[in-house]
Amino acid sequence: MTLIEIRDLEVRIGGRVVSGVPELDLAAGRCTALVGESGSGKTTALLAVLGLLDGADVTGRVVVCGVDVLNAPEKILREIRGAKVALVLQSPQAALNPAMRLGTLMRRALARHGVKGAAARARAEQAVADVLLDPEILRRYPHQVSGGQAQRFAIALALALGAGVVAADEPTSALDVTVQAEIVAVLRRLREERGLALLLVSHDLALVSTVADDVLVMKDGGVVEAGPAARVLTAPAHPYTRDLLAAVPQMREQSREHRPDADGGEPDPGLRPGARRARRVTGSRRRRRRPHR
Amino acid sequence: MPRYLTRRLGQAVLVVAGVVGLTFAVMRLVPGDPAVAFAGPRATEAELAAARARFGLDDPLWTQLWNYARDLARGDWGVSLHTKQPVAQDLALAFPASLELVGAAMIVAVAAGVPLGVLAARFKAGLPDFSVRLTSMLAVSLPVFWLALVVQTVFAGNLGWFPVAGEYDNSLDVTSPLRVYTNITIVDALITGNWPIFTSTLWHLVLPALVVAAYPAGVIAQMTRAALIEESGQDHARLARALGFGRIAVLTRFALRPAAGPVLSLIALVFAYAIVNGFLVEAVFNWPGVGRYAADAIRSLDTPAIAGVTLLVALLYVAANLAVDLLQGLVDPRVRGR
Amino acid sequence: MKDEHDAGTAEAGKTPDPITVSGPGGLVVPAGVVLRRTPLRALAGAARGDLLATAGAVLLAAIVLAALLAPWIAPYPEDGGTATHPAQALLSPGAGHWFGTDQVGRDILSRILFGARTSLFIAVAVLALAAAVGVTLGVVAGYAGGWVRDVIMRVTDVFLAFPALLLSLALAVVLQPSVATVVVAIAVTWWPWYARLTAAVAQSVSARGYVDAARCLGVPAPVIVFRHVLPNSVTPVTVQLSLDAGGVILTAAALSYLGLGAHEPTAEWGLMVQQGQSLFTTDWWVVTFPGLAILVTAFSFNVLGEGLRAALDPRGRSR
Repeated sequence: MTLIEIRDLEVRIGGRVVSGVPELDLAAGRCTALVGESGSGKTTALLAVLGLLDGADVTGRVVVCGVDVLNAPEKILREIRGAKVALVLQSPQAALNPAMRLGTLMRRALARHGVKGAAARARAEQAVADVLLDPEILRRYPHQVSGGQAQRFAIALALALGAGVVAADEPTSALDVTVQAEIVAVLRRLREERGLALLLVSHDLALVSTVADDVLVMKDGGVVEAGPAARVLTAPAHPYTRDLLAAVPQMREQSREHRPDADGGEPDPGLRPGARRARRVTGSRRRRRRPHR
Repeated sequence: MPRYLTRRLGQAVLVVAGVVGLTFAVMRLVPGDPAVAFAGPRATEAELAAARARFGLDDPLWTQLWNYARDLARGDWGVSLHTKQPVAQDLALAFPASLELVGAAMIVAVAAGVPLGVLAARFKAGLPDFSVRLTSMLAVSLPVFWLALVVQTVFAGNLGWFPVAGEYDNSLDVTSPLRVYTNITIVDALITGNWPIFTSTLWHLVLPALVVAAYPAGVIAQMTRAALIEESGQDHARLARALGFGRIAVLTRFALRPAAGPVLSLIALVFAYAIVNGFLVEAVFNWPGVGRYAADAIRSLDTPAIAGVTLLVALLYVAANLAVDLLQGLVDPRVRGR
Repeated sequence: MKDEHDAGTAEAGKTPDPITVSGPGGLVVPAGVVLRRTPLRALAGAARGDLLATAGAVLLAAIVLAALLAPWIAPYPEDGGTATHPAQALLSPGAGHWFGTDQVGRDILSRILFGARTSLFIAVAVLALAAAVGVTLGVVAGYAGGWVRDVIMRVTDVFLAFPALLLSLALAVVLQPSVATVVVAIAVTWWPWYARLTAAVAQSVSARGYVDAARCLGVPAPVIVFRHVLPNSVTPVTVQLSLDAGGVILTAAALSYLGLGAHEPTAEWGLMVQQGQSLFTTDWWVVTFPGLAILVTAFSFNVLGEGLRAALDPRGRSR
């Protein structure tokens, strides 16, 4: 089941293309990563999926859970946001309202999508438990929890609302290494147990190599290379990807270490035969040159 | 929190001491002899000496300052030269009326300013934003005494929609006398169920309260707008939208809370300014508050009364600032945690 | 460390440890916002993007011109001073007198033009005086830190406890009413804002590398303060000055209205309102036009200052 389908997405701000994704398909239980340096347009593409690009000119086709995001009325988009696609941001504490208890945020989000009262409480506690947090955390304010806890809570929000896709923007880069591992473990488990799909934006190739099935390498607002993670990260075709990999000295070591599972060595419930080929991304040539700034 | 609180209280005490010292210094600058001012120009030498002795004007300055501070603490704020009544007593009678006027104005200002700020932030750079910015800029640029005159002449004088001056129809004192509890007429009328005086006071309040509200409403709208725009650019506002909330809901239900700290402190600060602005309005509308009292005092160069008014407002200001810091602890858990 | 709650020491660039609010008419600048773009470029940007600020700049230019050229452009220049024409008292606005005449027959338009001189003079004098005192003390406090800063900040706290109009009122009562009194009275209540603002900025500037470098090279403290810290701390003050000019003009007008400022035959807008108020119901123009003059002048300063502030705000979001 394809949850996200992108065709010829282009985002222009002031006439300049800041992000372009020619093709991307994401099925339940899969993970596609957008990698590249900052300013390459990966976060913009992520926000386009949620229809959250105010003031930008967006063309192409973005279908999320059957809804044409670029043409749907705001009212429909609000139903998708949170309930179908959840956003996880880089700095977990900045992403949580500083003046609001986590439980209040959870309750309001649930109420927004029609879950109230005892049912909401049960869902909240279940979701928090699913990410291995103590329900007591719902009574705390963001400044009273650790970065790892806050990030797990952000994932719990997605679970509570029943989102099938988590769009994560650098979910681990603000965290300590050990905490990063926790978050990665939570995300993997949820993928395996619940078929959660993950759209991951990251510049951390080590992370990408451990969780992503497919990779789109972005540079200056365009995709320069795309394909299965195992192939792109071990045998990069584009010089820019090679540069990226070379910039991570221990990268080769790690990718070798993790390849078996990243390559689907274990059976992946979301994977159907041929799915990978279908997801082959055609726009792997650099399609346009950015005008000089 | 307790350490922060004690430190903050310590600062407030220092400021109050400074305020008393500065008020004393200003009043000592008075050209001419305060004894002459009190005893009158035709007083005999003996009367002058008596007045001098009574006010301790022969003592060294430090002793005078100490006595002044001690008397203030005891509630002896001096005797007004023109009412011949103790200043503290005059102020105790006049202040509730000022509080009534400024309180009503602040309610109007918050009720108008916050929604306007939300509206401007929601439609940032659009027509509503422009209109709100234009209106609020005009509101803070209005000379309040002139606005009072214009509003009074047009809506009370020419159109006759509202009473011209006063706090309520004084003939009501005969037909339905008011029992006094708080000295704030509208509150007393409300708790004793004195509807004739209540409605009359409300009616008399409309014009002066609107005039006093103009400035704080403008500032609050601008501040709310700026704070909301700042907050809605934060990640937490983005997350709220990603959870399916609309833009207005993100502003009112998510951004307003962390923005409440700065907006609240601003409200308390403009409250103090509104009191002083209220003075000019009171003089125009003949509102029986501290402002009219001050205007009379200025006209008769009544220094003890001026000193009393100055001191009262400065103390209020210090109290308002202290209240802001405590309130901020209530609305912002980050401050509370410190 | 121990001063983390002092509003005056808000870290540069951090979000509002509170705001600084200026006197009546004053607007808000987040304390310690470090402004990096130059005022000139910002002004150009503001003009392009902001209709209100542009309108403010144009209006203000017209007002300044009117003030400078008053003796030449006023239809009846002698009416700006002592002249009286009892025969022409209280003429309603018309061809000869666009804004009508006052109770002694003087042309109101002419007096408003001359009044612009009084108001602008007061604004410039007050702000120059207040900024000179405030910035000096602020820079010293911010650079020196420690007990010096504590003492200066407590003194500013005391002055800040008096709303500008109130202390001016008390001062104006004990001094003789005049334009000079108004200037002194308002300046006394206005400098602490600049001291506070400058102290916050100077403190963060003083912590920068080049100041440390100068200190290590043995550059004397006064040279560091005035050559290195001061020039890098003044931009927020310039913005605040333009924001405050409107407030100063309103306060000065209020003092004159109360009879504590300019007096006859000086042309002053607040005074004109006061002199005309008893005639307002019958002769509306005597009060209306001087009041509008105050409104327009304060408004143009306020929108210009606000536009400047928004354009210089490195976070650039408040616009």
